Amino acid sequence: MRHYRTIPGTIFDICNCLFLGLFALAAVLPFIYVFAGSFASDTELTRRAFFLVPERFTTAAYEYIFSTDTIVRSIGVSIYVTTVGTLINLFFTVTMAYALSKRHLAGRNFVLNLVVFSMLFGGGMIPTYLVVRELHLLDTYWALMLPGAISAFNLIIVKNFFQEIPAELEDAAKIDGCHDLALLWRIVLPLSMPVLATFTLFYAVGHWNNYYSALLYINEPSKWPLQVILRQIVMLSQMAAGDLNAMDPNFEKPPDQSIKLAVIVVGTIPILIVYPFLQKHFAKGVLLGSVKG
Amino acid sequence: MKTASASASAEAAEASVRAGGSTRWGRLWKNRWLYVLLAPGLLYFLIFKYVPMWGVLLAFQNFSPFHGFWKSEWVGFEHFRVFFTNPEFFMLLRNSLILSFYNLIFFFPAPIILALLLNEVRVALFKRTIQTLVYVPHFISMVIVASLTYVFLTTEGGLVNELLDRYFGFKISFLTDPAWFRPIIILQTIWKECGFGTIIFLAALASVDVEQYEAAIIDGANRWQQMWHITLPAIRSTIVILLILRMGDVLDNGFEQIYLMLNPLNREVAEVFDTYVYFMGITQGAFSYSTAVGLFKSVVGIILVTLANWTAKKFGQSGIY
Repeated sequence: MRHYRTIPGTIFDICNCLFLGLFALAAVLPFIYVFAGSFASDTELTRRAFFLVPERFTTAAYEYIFSTDTIVRSIGVSIYVTTVGTLINLFFTVTMAYALSKRHLAGRNFVLNLVVFSMLFGGGMIPTYLVVRELHLLDTYWALMLPGAISAFNLIIVKNFFQEIPAELEDAAKIDGCHDLALLWRIVLPLSMPVLATFTLFYAVGHWNNYYSALLYINEPSKWPLQVILRQIVMLSQMAAGDLNAMDPNFEKPPDQSIKLAVIVVGTIPILIVYPFLQKHFAKGVLLGSVKG
Repeated sequence: MKTASASASAEAAEASVRAGGSTRWGRLWKNRWLYVLLAPGLLYFLIFKYVPMWGVLLAFQNFSPFHGFWKSEWVGFEHFRVFFTNPEFFMLLRNSLILSFYNLIFFFPAPIILALLLNEVRVALFKRTIQTLVYVPHFISMVIVASLTYVFLTTEGGLVNELLDRYFGFKISFLTDPAWFRPIIILQTIWKECGFGTIIFLAALASVDVEQYEAAIIDGANRWQQMWHITLPAIRSTIVILLILRMGDVLDNGFEQIYLMLNPLNREVAEVFDTYVYFMGITQGAFSYSTAVGLFKSVVGIILVTLANWTAKKFGQSGIY
């Protein structure tokens, strides 16, 4: 046994659990408050300040949100960029990782060094912006998806995973006349599903949360993803995202505060939905990454 | 006999498959599909990583989009001279260094302490539950973190100020008062990353042999001594590696977080190199000048990482390369 019981030890254990419990509570309490507040009326929000269960349950804030063009469209943009962007990430990462996992490939070390060096040094914000501009990608969804198509870190982890797959499996298929493309599709990918699931989730969360790219590359309000609109509504306290007059004029505008809370909920919910799946995988992912090779 | 010859011929076939053809061109042709697979990724790195790297040469030009890269005028270190003699330079340097210093003092030890405390928990279910909860904020976007901060701290109906007003009769302008900027940034970082930061330490701790603790208990070591002499040494190399990597980020304060919390009233303490590059480059179009500022920042980062790595090796730690 690691521990033996002493009185100071027991006191420490109690304090420790209390402290950890409070810390964990602090991590999730803001979400619970925001969730509760988004279903409350503005009068209740000002009257009671802090509460975790609304007295009068109302979905007015959500009805309002989903009646605006701006917010609904930005949710659509975010879903589109997350879906297509993640597919692009997976395609680029898997193809390159598979080629780099073949030790006999001439030029492999040179390309690997290029990848590693790009993790240490980069051109920075402005030169990258100018490249995106020169390619005429400004104000297109490509600007949100292509500049981050591969994370060098993920690429190396996937490459290391492919290298672990026994070469005999592939050789057998090769003798049966399988070429490299078919090998990747029919042998390697089915064996890599758990790893690919992990990276799919990581890339998808990255796209949903991405604010930086839209701030830099998208000027047109109609193409803003949810994160940009979220900031407009909550932090700049304005719905100036273009077309508020397009909303139903008879719709009674609910209080600002609960709308803000509801928008935050809408931005958070997708992450909380995938979190249990993420959590199953990420500890493994981080461990894989710490193995050098 | 039959199986032996079969495996021998399989080996020969395998060898010829591995080696490809006999000539250099034969080998390249044999691997053509692998090169096809390599191409998209390689193109990505060349276009979005290496062209911008070469683009740092803009810092030595008077780049105008009108003339393009090839026809713009070369000005040497002029932009660097202007930047270093600008009083803003010292403001940026001070803000960046102070934030990094606070980060090192208040944030850096937090995941280590949290991991050590989690490591002392004996009830596995309780430990797992706490871990599950404290990892959540890591996956939440910076915009949401900043939004939560606004919702809680604003003077117009923010939760904290409502409660302060109700019970103490005053409000604090957390979001615009320069004195509150740094504490808020550090608290945001601790709230968002402290829990997730424990993973790497808990992984290192999981590999510690339980027998070491048993031996220590037989020798009469108390829990504090066990922690000091067994647990801490087990994560020492991880701490050193993370410290070295931190050094490279001394002038890198996380663009999104600062940008989202920055406003005209707290600018004197909030503006850092990254946000300055954004405002000068993207908003005002001073491409060459802002590239020079960005280049200065990355070069300092590389120098600091190298120095920290060298120092760590001097003291017998393993370093990052």
